[in-house]
Amino acid sequence: MAQVVLVTGAAAPGVALAARRIAEAPDDKVVAVDTTLPSDDLGSVKFVRADIRTPVISKVLAVEDVDTVAHMDLAPMRARGSGSATKEINVIGTMQVLAACQRSDTVRRVVLGSSSAVYGSSPRDPAVFKESDTARGGTASGFAKDIVEVEGYTRGFARRRPDVCVTTLRMAQWLSPHFPTVLGSYFANPVLPVPMGFDARLQFLHPQDAIEVIARAATEDHPGTFNVAGDGVIMLSQAARILGKPTLPLPPIGFGAILRRTSHYMGSDVSPGVHRLLTYGRVLDTTALREIFGYTPQHSTHETFEWFAERLRPGLLHVLGVTG
Amino acid sequence: MKDDLKGIGTSGRPGRGSKAGSPSQAARSLAGGAGRARGARKADAPIDARRPDPVETDEAAARRHLRAVDEDEAPNREEPPQEATADIDPEDVAAAFAEGAQRLMGTDWQATVSAVVGQLRRRLAGNYQVDEFGLDPEVLDLLALLVEPLAESWFRLQVRGIENIPAEGGALLVANHSGTIPVDGLITGYAVRKYAGRAIRPLGADLVFRLPYVGQVARKMGATLACAEDAERLLTTGELAAVWPEGFKGIGKPFSERYKLQRFGRGGFVSSAMRAQVPIIPVSIVGAEEIYPLIGNIPSLARLLGLPYIPITPFFPLLGPLGLIPLPSKWIIEFGEPIRTDAYPPEAADDPMLLFNVTDQVRETIQQTLYNLLVERGNPFV
Repeated sequence: MAQVVLVTGAAAPGVALAARRIAEAPDDKVVAVDTTLPSDDLGSVKFVRADIRTPVISKVLAVEDVDTVAHMDLAPMRARGSGSATKEINVIGTMQVLAACQRSDTVRRVVLGSSSAVYGSSPRDPAVFKESDTARGGTASGFAKDIVEVEGYTRGFARRRPDVCVTTLRMAQWLSPHFPTVLGSYFANPVLPVPMGFDARLQFLHPQDAIEVIARAATEDHPGTFNVAGDGVIMLSQAARILGKPTLPLPPIGFGAILRRTSHYMGSDVSPGVHRLLTYGRVLDTTALREIFGYTPQHSTHETFEWFAERLRPGLLHVLGVTG
Repeated sequence: MKDDLKGIGTSGRPGRGSKAGSPSQAARSLAGGAGRARGARKADAPIDARRPDPVETDEAAARRHLRAVDEDEAPNREEPPQEATADIDPEDVAAAFAEGAQRLMGTDWQATVSAVVGQLRRRLAGNYQVDEFGLDPEVLDLLALLVEPLAESWFRLQVRGIENIPAEGGALLVANHSGTIPVDGLITGYAVRKYAGRAIRPLGADLVFRLPYVGQVARKMGATLACAEDAERLLTTGELAAVWPEGFKGIGKPFSERYKLQRFGRGGFVSSAMRAQVPIIPVSIVGAEEIYPLIGNIPSLARLLGLPYIPITPFFPLLGPLGLIPLPSKWIIEFGEPIRTDAYPPEAADDPMLLFNVTDQVRETIQQTLYNLLVERGNPFV
C-alpha cells in the first residue's frame, strides 16, 4: 500500500537519514518538514519548509494526504542548546503536530521519537528501566521535563484517537562521529569533566539501528512504547579510557553548571540535564523491542562507542603514549 | 696540576712528596684519591677486614671512587665515573631483582608480572566488560583480596551451612543488619564468594547510590538499589541477591540493643522471592554488632546532612580516623536452611497476610539462630 509519511525535524542529520531510509520503499512518499533547510541531501524526500509550532502543519497534512506522521523534532536528535526556544519546539511543536493529527482524517499512524530521558536519572532509579517504569527523579527541569510532557500529550492523543496506531520510541543516546549528538559533543572535549565519585553506566544507540527502528515503526503497525538501545553498558570512566582522554573530576554539587562552563571554554556545548545522566547513568531494557517490536539491535553499546572513538581524533593520553 | 706531568727521577711517580705520609697533589689525583681515602677510612678498615664480603668491598670501592670524584677539582673527569659504573653491574641488579621477585611471587613470577602488567594495560585501555548493573568482575577480585585479611585475620570469620546456598539458580539471602557501617554486607559477600564460589548481588538503600565513591564502588561490586524491579530482575536471571531488610533501623541501632532484630521492612523481599519462585535463605551474622559500638547519635547534624544518623562510638570521633578501625570481634555467619517459596503460586505475592507470615518466619529463624550462635561464641573478642 502506498504511504505518505511526514517526518518532522528533518534538518537534523540523523532525522534526514531516517527520512531517506523510509523513502527507500518503492511506492512510499516522504515529506520532510523543518524550519531550517537540511544540510544533508534528502534524495527523493520532498522537503517543505514549515514551522511545526504553528497551525500550518495541519495544512501540510491535508495537502500531502499524509497517513503516517513521524514526529522526530525533539532534542535528542540534535545537540541543541538550552533555553525557551528548545522548549517551544519540544512541547508546543508536539502539541501542534498532535492537534493536526487529531483533526486529520487521513492520519493512521503516529511515531514519536522520544528519548530515554523520560526516565530521568537519580540514585533512586532501578538499575534497568522497563517501559512500564516511571521516572523517580531528575525530570524536574530541562529536556527531561519536556519529554515527560510530550509523552503525556501523546498518550492523551492515543486515548482520543484509538483508531490511530501510536508508537513511542524511547531511544538511548545517539552516538555518531558524522553528525553532532548530545554525548558526541561531550566526548569531543579534549578533557572530560566528570562528577567526582560517580561512574555512570551509559548506553548508546548506533544511528543505523535507530534509523532502522524508526523506518519500521513508520511503515508497519507497532503500537506501544519501546526502549531502543544498544546491548550492554559502558562506564563513563571506561569511555574516557577508550578515547584516551583525561578526566577532570568535579564536585557533584553544582556539576551541571561547572560542566556547562568548562565545556564552553573547550568550545563545545552540553545540553541541559546531561549532567544528571553523567552522574547516575541510565540503562534500558530492550526485551520489548526484540520480542514485541521484532527488531534486534545490530550494534552493541561497546561496538558503537568503539566505532565512534576510532573516527574521533585520538585523545591526549593516546597521543602521549600513556595508553592505547 | 696536570696528571700527565711526570718528574724525572721519581721512578715514574709524578710530583713531589714524601711517599708514605703526604703524597703530592698530582699523586693524589693520579691515584684517584685512594691515598687520602684510605687515610680517612682508617677507622673503618678493621671492620672491612673482618667481613671480606665481595658485595661489601665492591660497595666500599664504589664509595671511594665517588669520594674521589667529589674531591678532585679539575683532572680526569671521565675516568672515575667509568670505573663506578663498572662496579655496579647491571646484570647483578637484574639478578637481584629477579631473586627478590621470585621470593615474593614464587617461581612463575615472570608470568605473574606479565599478567599483572597486561591486565593493567587492558584496564587503562578501557578494554573490559561490565554487566548492565555495573558489576565489574575484576574490581570484585581485587576487593576479595583486600577483604580477605580483614575477614580471616581480624574478624576470625567462621562460616556455617554454606551447603544451603544453591550451586546455581536464583536465591534470596536475607540477613540481619548491624555494625553502624555495612561491613556485614562486604564480609557476607566475601564468605559466599570464597566458600560457595558465587558472587552475591547486595540490594542497598538509595543513600548508598547517592553518596559519591560509595555508590560507585557498590555498583562495581554488584550491588543495586533495593527495589522490586531490580530484585526480580536479579532473581529471575538466576542471581544470588542479598537483602538486609532491617535497613537503617538495624544498622544504626544503639549498642544496648545488639542482636535484637528490628522490623523486617514491609516484607517486600518475600514478594520478590515469591514472584521469582526462588528460595529464601536466612543468614545470621554474629560479630558485626561489636565492630563499631554505637553509643550515641547526633540527629540534628544527621538531618542537616541528609543522613540517617551520625554515629558516636567509644573511639569515633574521639580518636579521629583511628576510630574508624573496626574492633576485632569474632564473627560467625550461618546460612540457614532455605525457605521454599515455590510451594506457593506466584499470585501469592499479592496476599499481604501470607507475606507477613513468611516475613515473620524468616525473622524468627534468624533471631533464634543469633541467640544460639551468641551462646556458642562466648566472649565477643577473645
